[in-house]
Amino acid sequence: MTARDISLTVNGEIRRANVMPRMTLVDLLRDVLGLTGTHIGCEHGVCGACSILLDGVPVRSCLIFAVQADGHEVTTVEGLADGDGEIGDLQDAFWECHAMQCGYCTPGMLIAGHALLAENPAPDTGEIREAISGNLCRCTGYTQIVEAIALCAARRREGEG
Amino acid sequence: MSGHGANYRYVSRKRRTKEDRRFIAGKGRFAADIAVPGMKHVALVASPHPRANILSIDATRALESPGVHAVLTGDELAAETAPLFNGLDIPEVKWFPLAVGMSRYAGEWVAAVVADSRYLAEDAAELVEVDYEPLPAAVEIESLLEPDSPLVHPGHGSNVLVRKTFEWGPVEADFAKSERTLTYRARWGRSSTVPIETFGVVSRWDPIREILDVWASIQMPNYQEQIANSLGIPTNSIRVHNDVDVGGSYGVKRGIKHTVITAYLARKLGMPVRLIEDRLDNMSGGDAHGPDRLFDVTLAFDGDGTIRSMKLRAIDDVGAYPGRGPLQLGKPITALVGPYRLSSVAYEAISVTSNKTGQVPVRGFGQSPTNFMIETGIDLVARRLGIDRIELRRRNLIRSDEFPWRIPTGTEYDSGDYHAVLAKALALADYDALVARRDAARAAGRLAGIGIAACLEPGGGNNIFEQLLNEKLEITTFVESCLMRVDMHGHVTAVMSTTTSGQGHETLIATIAGEELERDPDTIRVTHADSLEALPTRSPVASRMAIVLGGATSEAARKIRAKMVRIAAHNLGVGEDRVEYQAGTFFVRGEPARKLEWNEIASIAHRQFHRLPPGAEPCLQEFSVLQVPGASGQLPNEKKEIQLYPCFSFQAHIPYVEIDPGTGKVEVLDYAIGHDCGTVINPDIVRGMIVGGLAHGVGAALYEKFAYDGDGQFLSGSFVDYLLPSSHEIPIVRDVEHCTPSPRTSLGQKGSGEGGYLGAPAAVASAVNDALAPLGISLSELPMRLCDIEAAIHEKRTERNG
Ligand code: FES
Ligand code: FES
Repeated sequence: MTARDISLTVNGEIRRANVMPRMTLVDLLRDVLGLTGTHIGCEHGVCGACSILLDGVPVRSCLIFAVQADGHEVTTVEGLADGDGEIGDLQDAFWECHAMQCGYCTPGMLIAGHALLAENPAPDTGEIREAISGNLCRCTGYTQIVEAIALCAARRREGEG
Repeated sequence: MSGHGANYRYVSRKRRTKEDRRFIAGKGRFAADIAVPGMKHVALVASPHPRANILSIDATRALESPGVHAVLTGDELAAETAPLFNGLDIPEVKWFPLAVGMSRYAGEWVAAVVADSRYLAEDAAELVEVDYEPLPAAVEIESLLEPDSPLVHPGHGSNVLVRKTFEWGPVEADFAKSERTLTYRARWGRSSTVPIETFGVVSRWDPIREILDVWASIQMPNYQEQIANSLGIPTNSIRVHNDVDVGGSYGVKRGIKHTVITAYLARKLGMPVRLIEDRLDNMSGGDAHGPDRLFDVTLAFDGDGTIRSMKLRAIDDVGAYPGRGPLQLGKPITALVGPYRLSSVAYEAISVTSNKTGQVPVRGFGQSPTNFMIETGIDLVARRLGIDRIELRRRNLIRSDEFPWRIPTGTEYDSGDYHAVLAKALALADYDALVARRDAARAAGRLAGIGIAACLEPGGGNNIFEQLLNEKLEITTFVESCLMRVDMHGHVTAVMSTTTSGQGHETLIATIAGEELERDPDTIRVTHADSLEALPTRSPVASRMAIVLGGATSEAARKIRAKMVRIAAHNLGVGEDRVEYQAGTFFVRGEPARKLEWNEIASIAHRQFHRLPPGAEPCLQEFSVLQVPGASGQLPNEKKEIQLYPCFSFQAHIPYVEIDPGTGKVEVLDYAIGHDCGTVINPDIVRGMIVGGLAHGVGAALYEKFAYDGDGQFLSGSFVDYLLPSSHEIPIVRDVEHCTPSPRTSLGQKGSGEGGYLGAPAAVASAVNDALAPLGISLSELPMRLCDIEAAIHEKRTERNG
């Protein structure tokens, strides 16, 4: 196995790395690029803790090799903030609703919620539950997460109206 | 507002939590995020056999593999360390982090490989050659009691680890007096809390300073003491970093064996060593399974539904290595008769060992299975007598004017209004409409059911029941502490001494300190002292932090406030009794112009010794080390009676389910819950705890099982085989609060971390049985998985048709 040079855009910045072909994308993000906001819960594609956006689409970074992300655009939880040190509106809604306890699933949930709202600005409860159904949370029982996503959607609509 | 009349500024108010800020930004600091320079990585070699002698381990090829530094075996580790803690008095049952001579369950770790990366460590782990001699395994729970069962620990001579019988109150007389009896079985399957974050630990040994630094995803009492005992180093050479965020625990994050492996290796190799479980390590070899329990119960009652007494036998399969697991048979003694007015109870507690993964404390410490057993019995009595399930509960629940209520085991319940909470839950569920919905569904040919369950959540963690199972455990001190400082600028910092795993302790402390000091909680900083700096703690177990840590916070804050009043009085030239304090200002009663501001007092305390009252200690720093309130501090008396936990929260659960008769699939379509945990500190946190615990309980009721086949082979090592409920399985939960403050705590608070999980399994089981009742089916084994329900329906139909 020989290492390969790759280059990808992570949260708007071009990042280069030299990686073994078998290294997963989540390991690249966490261990090589130091972006530890993306978490690992199962490494077999079930829990969603490792969710990121790849070219805007939510994917499980434990199921993708780092080399597959070569030339692509990645957004992690660290990239969801609007500006420097700020938090985005969905993050703020999560805080407002206490949509977490231990915070371990939270980055993945934010990614799932973010992707949903990008496609559907006015999701109903069923659609929100569907959108986060691939992300396991052991702490909250999901109710406050669903409320947070709904709150963010409502606030965005108010902001526009 | 909660708190019954108490007009709080911050307590019970909706306020954002302190902790969430870092998590939404992706800036939590979890064990796997800790990167210590030069850190090496462990991969584990696990036994594939349920029970086998280990004949030899050959690490030659593994050691030649690239980047490998060491291969550690059980023999080496056992020679260099002492066995891990056993809760029971069973000296011949020895637990080491890696198997020694014999592997006792499929998945048990037999060797640890250290390499430059986890990838390289795993490559090498595959090259470790272990020669096993497979043996028949001890698996099925009742067979473990048989004399011819294979012995898990041959030196112990039996698979029974402890067997104790207790009788509290006039059991035989109550049985003789009662008109009816009913005998039933209830089975609680092996599941656990299974946090999304696995256990992880990094250990670093500094030979110059002689300090072992440990960063771990830990939640357990006496962690550093256990590390010290095992490694044979002083406790004050161990620095556990309590500021590591723990990604969920609910009792199970107790990776003592992982810690000993890394700490030993770090010292031996002179390199920091990290072990992060992967999901398979966690589920099969992490020794983090929960209770696995069989109950045989007889209830004695009258025709009007009055239940007088219970005879109960519980067998708990703790797996191969007991640790603290078996003590989970003791905690239920705290609320052994639930919220009901039984006047006597007989309890036989049997802990058995098997060739399965080891058991650890799980949310509620054995109370959830016990509550399921009790509520199953109440439903069965109702069915037997033809009395409505709710009415039967009403007749037996302790009444609000009867508190404090002493149960037969000697524990006094502090306060409550169970009938009011039940009534609120029924109103929230719109019970009559729910019944109509169920009946309409039934009329349309569907299987539909409503569940009813009550549950008591003991809080506070006065664990003297341990002594009832192991006389040598003479421990009666169960403290939490808080250290508080006001610095020279007047800023408040409070120090806690444990990790936190989602319970919101920083918010708890800031809110209570803010309330007591009339300072904005957002301005109060809360830090986690490491174990060398820490004040005494029993760790966040047993629904105890709001009660004991909250109490210690109140105490420390009240001391600070009293001292500031004293300094103000001295400087205002009046007696202390004439000084009033309000929201940052100290003034002379009736003369508000004669005043000193908070910051001025802080400055005087820190900088102006000449302005301090004579004899006053300079600066502003106070602490409180608080024994669990309401405890006698004594050991049980000769009748084995003892006041255990001080506070008792109460919940009433009402789920509605429908079942697909073809597949057996249960859908929980609605869930209403009424709860009373005394004064609520932060409503969002309490609600999250209740709903989250409830979801966890739905998992235990319907989906989650660590399954083994008849030979002891482990079948549930991934999230594909062990099913955690997703947002599809958990409905939007509606809750209603009631508040009966506890007379035993600083602000009337009680515990709230476990109740959801204590009530939901019983409630969901009750709903499933209600749905299946028209078919004449009654199930009493959890989990009630789709395949189990489908099989029961199929069997019934075949019976009828045949
Ligand atoms: S870690 Fe990727 S889905 Fe669980
Ligand atoms: S907040 Fe802990 S797993 Fe979701």
